[in-house]
Amino acid sequence: MNVTLGQYFPGHSLTHRTDPRVKLVLEVLFIAELFMVKRYAGFLLMGALLALVVHNSKIPLWALWRGLRRLLLILAFTSLLNLFYTDGRELFTIWRLTATWEGLHAALFTILRISMLIVGTSLLTFTTSPIMLTDALERLLAPLKKLRVPVGELAMMMTIALRFIPVLSEETAKIMSAQKARGADFESGSVFQRARALIPILVPLFVSAFRRADELAVAMECRCYDSAMPRSRLKEMRMKRADYLILTGMLLLIPAILMGTNRLWI
Amino acid sequence: MSLLEVRALTHVYAQGTAYEHRALDRVSFTLEEGGFTGLIGHTGSGKSTLVQHLNGLMKPAEGQVLLDGEDIWARQGGIRGVRFLVGLVFQYPEYQLFEETVYKDIAFGPTNMGLSAQEVDRNVRQAAALVGIGEELLGRSPFELSGGQKRRVAIAGVMAMRPSVLILDEPTAGLDPQGREDILGQVQQYRLQEGATVLLVSHSMEDVARHADRILVMDHGRLVENGPVEEVFGFDSRLGDIGLAVPQVTSIFRQLHRRGHAVSPVFTVEAAIAQIEGLLEGGGIG
Repeated sequence: MNVTLGQYFPGHSLTHRTDPRVKLVLEVLFIAELFMVKRYAGFLLMGALLALVVHNSKIPLWALWRGLRRLLLILAFTSLLNLFYTDGRELFTIWRLTATWEGLHAALFTILRISMLIVGTSLLTFTTSPIMLTDALERLLAPLKKLRVPVGELAMMMTIALRFIPVLSEETAKIMSAQKARGADFESGSVFQRARALIPILVPLFVSAFRRADELAVAMECRCYDSAMPRSRLKEMRMKRADYLILTGMLLLIPAILMGTNRLWI
Repeated sequence: MSLLEVRALTHVYAQGTAYEHRALDRVSFTLEEGGFTGLIGHTGSGKSTLVQHLNGLMKPAEGQVLLDGEDIWARQGGIRGVRFLVGLVFQYPEYQLFEETVYKDIAFGPTNMGLSAQEVDRNVRQAAALVGIGEELLGRSPFELSGGQKRRVAIAGVMAMRPSVLILDEPTAGLDPQGREDILGQVQQYRLQEGATVLLVSHSMEDVARHADRILVMDHGRLVENGPVEEVFGFDSRLGDIGLAVPQVTSIFRQLHRRGHAVSPVFTVEAAIAQIEGLLEGGGIG
């Protein structure tokens, strides 16, 4: 069993080293912009920006393609809907369905938006470890603590969940082997039989997950964990000169692309 | 009885990547039929990888595992059939219990074998009795039992398939001395009753010395020793070179031997006591 989660590609590029908070903020801005751009020129510039980051991050193109490939079906489906269900000047007609010029543009926009969205978000998770992302999220949401949103606890829960994914996936492999040694068969039989064959894996897995949770809770209690106490961290996130430069630069550039291109007519 | 033979078995983890690791390197040996063999070695020496090849949970990249002279991957009846003949008890086997009752859990293996209800019933009761799980516990949930009882139920779950080769990976880990001795005694009893071959993976030299007649020693994926207990744990044992120790009592006797006392190698405390008493009576130690 292979559980691929946390697709982090370790590296030392500028994209990797940029403060995760900056990356997160820019990512949100980038996605918002994707849905506001109304001209091909805008997409062209956004695409160029994205290509620049991809190039800098040295993330292999096949990894990005793998993320996109999974969405091909959805892309095809939504663009067909757009093509045929947008009112406007007729392009061609098949049976009772009429494709329109406006529909064609809408479909192309959808494809551009979704694929750039996927590539952009993949870039974030490829160049930032899950733990750093969680930390960044906690820091960015810190103001919500004033509104009594338990930001620290939520971040701790996320960290623990992420930390235990590899542990539990290893555990699953072990339990599967042990049941196979007793003649369990996961590969043959009807769907119903196969679902039933999972019981000998799921029950021990749940029991062990609860046991681990219990042990972890006791260990945290022993070290006087108190969610209300402010915690320091080993690796303090610090904004460097480069981070401020990137942040300011992008905060100017991204809206500029939007405002500049939406006035054009292509 | 079955003869289990391993020929030039090699296994490489993550081949072709930066993390490549040779877990098994041309390992060859034959398990003596009806014998009790101990397998020792450091953590990460390849013991667990090795035992998972013996019942076909892992497929050899190179080399062969032969059962009665036949490659286990080329047998009629497929690899599942091999798993019924070569029983494997994993480390901490109590974590694989899942059924509502002890009885049903022990019956999981034999039922998978396709035995008749009668045979399953007989095997379950026999295996439970063998590991000292009384009839009154069979209807209980396995999750209500004590740690030691759970461990024994899990071992019974494998014994109930009546494999002719029984492999146990650290069956006594985390148990108290009485619990350790109970389980190893039950394994011995299973071997004698069924005429089965036993392979015991252990970190405890004392356990191995007490029960095994032959010892295999793994180090960095290689089989470095394969011989009778007297040879591997003897006075000129080479275990120290790879950072493993002989049983404590053996080590004491080796010191006595080096200081010129007329003692012969012993591997268990009982044997040591007997020898010392003999020497005291004969005036050998003064």
